[in-house]
Amino acid sequence: MSGRMIADKVVKYILFASAIISIIIVLAIGFFIFRESIEAWTELGIGEILFGTVWRPGIDQYGILAMIAGSLSVTFGAILLGVPLALGCAIFLAEIAPAGVQAVVRPAVQLLAGIPSVVYGLFGMVILVPLIRNINVPGNSGYGLLAASIVLAVMILPTIASIAEDAIRAVPENYRHGSLALGATKWQTITRVILPAGKSGIIAGVILGVGRALGETMAMIMVIGNSAIMPRPLSSNPLTFFLSQARTLTGNIAVEINYATGIHESALFATGVVLFGLIIVVNASARWIIRTQKYVEKAN
Amino acid sequence: MDERSSEIALIHKAQALNLKKEQRRQSFWVALMWLFGLITVSILILVVGYVLLKGGTAINWEFLTTPPKGGLSGEGGISTTIGTTFYLVGLTLLIATPLGVGAAMFLIEYAGEQSLGSKFLRSMISVANFAVETLAGIPSIIFGLFGYALFVSTLKFGFSLLSAALAGACLVLPTIIRTTEEALLAVPNDYRRGSLALGATKWQTLYRVVLPASTPGIITGIILSVGRVISETAIFFVTLGGSYRMPTSIMDSGRTLALHLYYLAMDTRAFDKAMGTGAVLVVMIILINLLIDFVSRKLTAGVRRVR
Repeated sequence: MSGRMIADKVVKYILFASAIISIIIVLAIGFFIFRESIEAWTELGIGEILFGTVWRPGIDQYGILAMIAGSLSVTFGAILLGVPLALGCAIFLAEIAPAGVQAVVRPAVQLLAGIPSVVYGLFGMVILVPLIRNINVPGNSGYGLLAASIVLAVMILPTIASIAEDAIRAVPENYRHGSLALGATKWQTITRVILPAGKSGIIAGVILGVGRALGETMAMIMVIGNSAIMPRPLSSNPLTFFLSQARTLTGNIAVEINYATGIHESALFATGVVLFGLIIVVNASARWIIRTQKYVEKAN
Repeated sequence: MDERSSEIALIHKAQALNLKKEQRRQSFWVALMWLFGLITVSILILVVGYVLLKGGTAINWEFLTTPPKGGLSGEGGISTTIGTTFYLVGLTLLIATPLGVGAAMFLIEYAGEQSLGSKFLRSMISVANFAVETLAGIPSIIFGLFGYALFVSTLKFGFSLLSAALAGACLVLPTIIRTTEEALLAVPNDYRRGSLALGATKWQTLYRVVLPASTPGIITGIILSVGRVISETAIFFVTLGGSYRMPTSIMDSGRTLALHLYYLAMDTRAFDKAMGTGAVLVVMIILINLLIDFVSRKLTAGVRRVR
């Protein structure tokens, strides 16, 4: 075998090694985070961690239910605000905007995706929090779920908008022609033909947005107040729920990991395991939906 | 006969009315979609404009070239954090680029090969693709937690540029792999056949023909990764330590611009300086976006020329 043929073989195995590095990293992430959390799971008990509402490292109380509630509440708020805007933006870009307008809006959406999370957090601290503080409810500090939901809605907008736009664009041109030829207006075509046809991709985009929202860390720490308490309405008006301070799973890890030791550190890794599990489930369901979509297209 | 034609006239009238109603409904919704597009652009202008205007007043030559004072004063400039940012970007990409490009080359160029008949290798490839997708969805803080457990604690690299860069490499790996894969797929198969027909080996073909043709795509992936390392914070918050001094070796702690912004805003409440840092970050991100736009335009131009 000549030298260059041997080199060919060697290179192939080197490339193969780099290809499986991703597998090793995913496994290592799962392994190390879980290994560090074992102490907490065994000493405190799974139920105590998952359903305990008190997180007070000083007296060895490590319940993360408040953080689960915080993460879910702020994600819900962000979805409520962000999804209509993101879908509107996607429909606008894919079906309505003339090319010249698209050339402005699309880079804008891309830039929104690129702006660092700490910049959004800072903007929230300096602009949103003082504004929200003006709402006259006792105990309202400005920091809390509302500020965090608004910031997060802007942060997930580009993710959802760009995936939804791709899904809408992927709908075959024939569908549009067929609908228009039947005498439907453009808007009827969009709502009754294109959106149903692109439904899977759009839903997948929203779910990936949820995944992003659950994983966001720094901006949340900066505007949500970080009290490790169950979010609750501040007055008899249930809407004041969103003025409540909270803490996210991500924030719990980031705020305390640098000085935590022993069982406290292990409990933070347990928080990481819960977050990791949530994200894996969310992302896997998005992938599953995208895959069923492909199947339908083939069947047609 | 008369009855029938009046009936038809009625139907026409009803249809015209219905059309009018639908058209009115359409104008309402289309206007709303325009509004949504406008809101999105306005949010961007509001955030970017505010940070640039507010932060711009804090930026001057001294701010950019003096190190932060440290402690809780919030005084001083950002020179060492700019230095650390570049240091970390370089180190991260030095680790991630060869791995990512190599992985993409295997997944695209070798995966369909006949000699890969073994079931084991085939299943490894589909698992690898699944792993890349999974990695792409894992949030920054989880990479940080992993880096903290493995590099900072277990391997005892401490809070250091090395720990942060290794964790950062895991974070940007899927970006580099995906963009490189796309670039490789865009290279016409004729190139490969032509080279192989001339007697070149597979690796020679890849290295001399396919890789040069896909360079702009690979560069796009690298620039995207630069942007991620500059803007990600959570991962480095738990691996880089946060020293405000200039690191002199890869075992030193440091803080990137984004981390510095966080410390200024949260620990010292020095919002003016934080805005200044934010403005520098936003300018960097805008430049990176323009650069990506430029390179990808070059890429599509190249492909068109080929065809």
